[in-house]
Amino acid sequence: MTTRQNGRPSQLFRNLNAKIASIPMILTALVIFLGGTAWTVFYSFTNSKLLPRLNFIGLDQYERLWAAPRWMVAIENLAIYGVLSLIFSLVVGFLLAALLDQKIRFEDTFRTIFLYPFALSFIVTGLIWQWLLNPDFGIQGVVRGLGWESFEFDPLYNAEIVIYGILIAALWQGTGLIMCLMLAGLRGIDEDIWKAARVDGIPMWKTYVFIIIPMMRPVFITTLVIIASGIVRVYDLVVAQTSGGPGIASEVPAKYVYDYMFHAQNLGQGFAASTMMLLSVIIVIVPWAYLEFGRRRHV
Amino acid sequence: MSDPAALNVAASGFEAVAKDVSDPRGAKPRRVLSRRNIFLYGTLILIAVYYLLPLYVMFVTSLKGMPEIRLGNIFSPPVEITFEPWVKAWATACTGLNCDGLSRGFWNSVRITIPSVVLSIAVASVNGYALANWRFKGADIFFTILIVGAFIPYQVMIYPIVIILREIGLYGSLWGLVIVHSIFGMPILTLLFRNYFTSVPEELFKAARVDGAGFWAIYFKIMLPMALPIFVVAIILQVTGIWNDFLFGVIYTKPESYPMTVQLNNIVNSVQGVKEYNVNMAATILTGLVPLIVYFASGRLFVRGIAAGAVKG
Repeated sequence: MTTRQNGRPSQLFRNLNAKIASIPMILTALVIFLGGTAWTVFYSFTNSKLLPRLNFIGLDQYERLWAAPRWMVAIENLAIYGVLSLIFSLVVGFLLAALLDQKIRFEDTFRTIFLYPFALSFIVTGLIWQWLLNPDFGIQGVVRGLGWESFEFDPLYNAEIVIYGILIAALWQGTGLIMCLMLAGLRGIDEDIWKAARVDGIPMWKTYVFIIIPMMRPVFITTLVIIASGIVRVYDLVVAQTSGGPGIASEVPAKYVYDYMFHAQNLGQGFAASTMMLLSVIIVIVPWAYLEFGRRRHV
Repeated sequence: MSDPAALNVAASGFEAVAKDVSDPRGAKPRRVLSRRNIFLYGTLILIAVYYLLPLYVMFVTSLKGMPEIRLGNIFSPPVEITFEPWVKAWATACTGLNCDGLSRGFWNSVRITIPSVVLSIAVASVNGYALANWRFKGADIFFTILIVGAFIPYQVMIYPIVIILREIGLYGSLWGLVIVHSIFGMPILTLLFRNYFTSVPEELFKAARVDGAGFWAIYFKIMLPMALPIFVVAIILQVTGIWNDFLFGVIYTKPESYPMTVQLNNIVNSVQGVKEYNVNMAATILTGLVPLIVYFASGRLFVRGIAAGAVKG
């Protein structure tokens, strides 16, 4: 096939092949990403039950949502899980990267080991940790078997701390990725800065805290956005590890949406909950995009 | 347009990791057993043990018999090695009424993953090529929507897609799921290919144009052969991502065609019957095996893939 060059092609037929080739992208962008999102937000104002219906009831779904104990548990879990996984991922990820950046031998081996859980799915991760945290046979059972009879470590069966059990699994799975991003950032820093700091006799930890970390600001921001957008989506891990239990103690918003759409046959409620998820992502993404845009424009 | 740029920063950083440090540096060579080294390697080895322990526990559990599991310690190696749990997990474990084991889920996952990987990469590579070399008016707007869309929680778009698939008669079929994977793989893959094709010298493209080559001729004869490494990265990214998917599998397929992850979850978390932990662990390893093999076989290319795919979450 050749591009049309005979005569004077009209505007529409310029680059026709490129336009035809881009049809899947255009459809995805317009129909799914824009259209689908708008559709869901739009229908969250209706009282759709089993099937989507255009029967508007204003903000009723949202009022019901924020009055539902299950949703409140889900939000609280997401908040605890989100804050802690953000802090721990960044701290642990950075420390691991800093350790690997000490010009050590076998760096590749260590990196391979720290990163391999990231290749596993959340389902597999959740099931591994469900077994490790099994109160009878897992870590608790082993420590008790050693003679410490009163030892207690059963996060998955204790409604108070179940979300921390999920956090442990999530950190095991995800810190390798953060380490890799941080390591890339550390490698991007000019070697001369280290030399200058050493000449000036600045201790290593001070160099990290006051010089290197501020220089890595863009890396930290990118990492933050990546972690944050992952947090909102947490779903498979909870399904595999606890199925939301004990009771409703480990519910998360993504699971709430799924259950209301496909099991409770209360679509409107599911749409309202997913719209709230969208809102929380917007709150994270928009300031970041604004910062990036603003900075680029000045430069 | 800010997102791709930020990701580029991360991606180019990864190249730096991959490069070997070869210039001489540092003061005089240190002694091997300095206190610093003992502390450094000690810490690293401890952490490595922590990361490896779950894999080890899973493996030894899957080789024990149930009596040994009930009496023993999850960390101890099996006294009597048995492969029965593996056989059972693969061939006879039950989900609901079906008792043909994980093998069905495995083949379903294969049937889902291969067409999804091929279709999503074919579409995205052509898209990326069009965006890089044949820019048309408005292309950037669609691309920006696509990249921003990568951050929208899937839950927002799940139901409209159910309706669309139902309208075209693909809801519940493997091909419906293939389309869904292609849609959600598109942002990151298009970004990957666009960035790659943008870095190809423009003279090459212009020379081909002068010789009369069109859109597809340039794509197949020049761009495709040159982009093989990036195709490998894309394949790694998609194979692990699609194999590990749970949400789309559970929504867009019927129980007979559930992918492996969904079936695994159903086997392990079924409430009926006595829990057979050894079978569960064998099944879990079997499900994790494909991405693990891809990971260990691909090495640094995997790191490059996740650098680009991190936004997929």
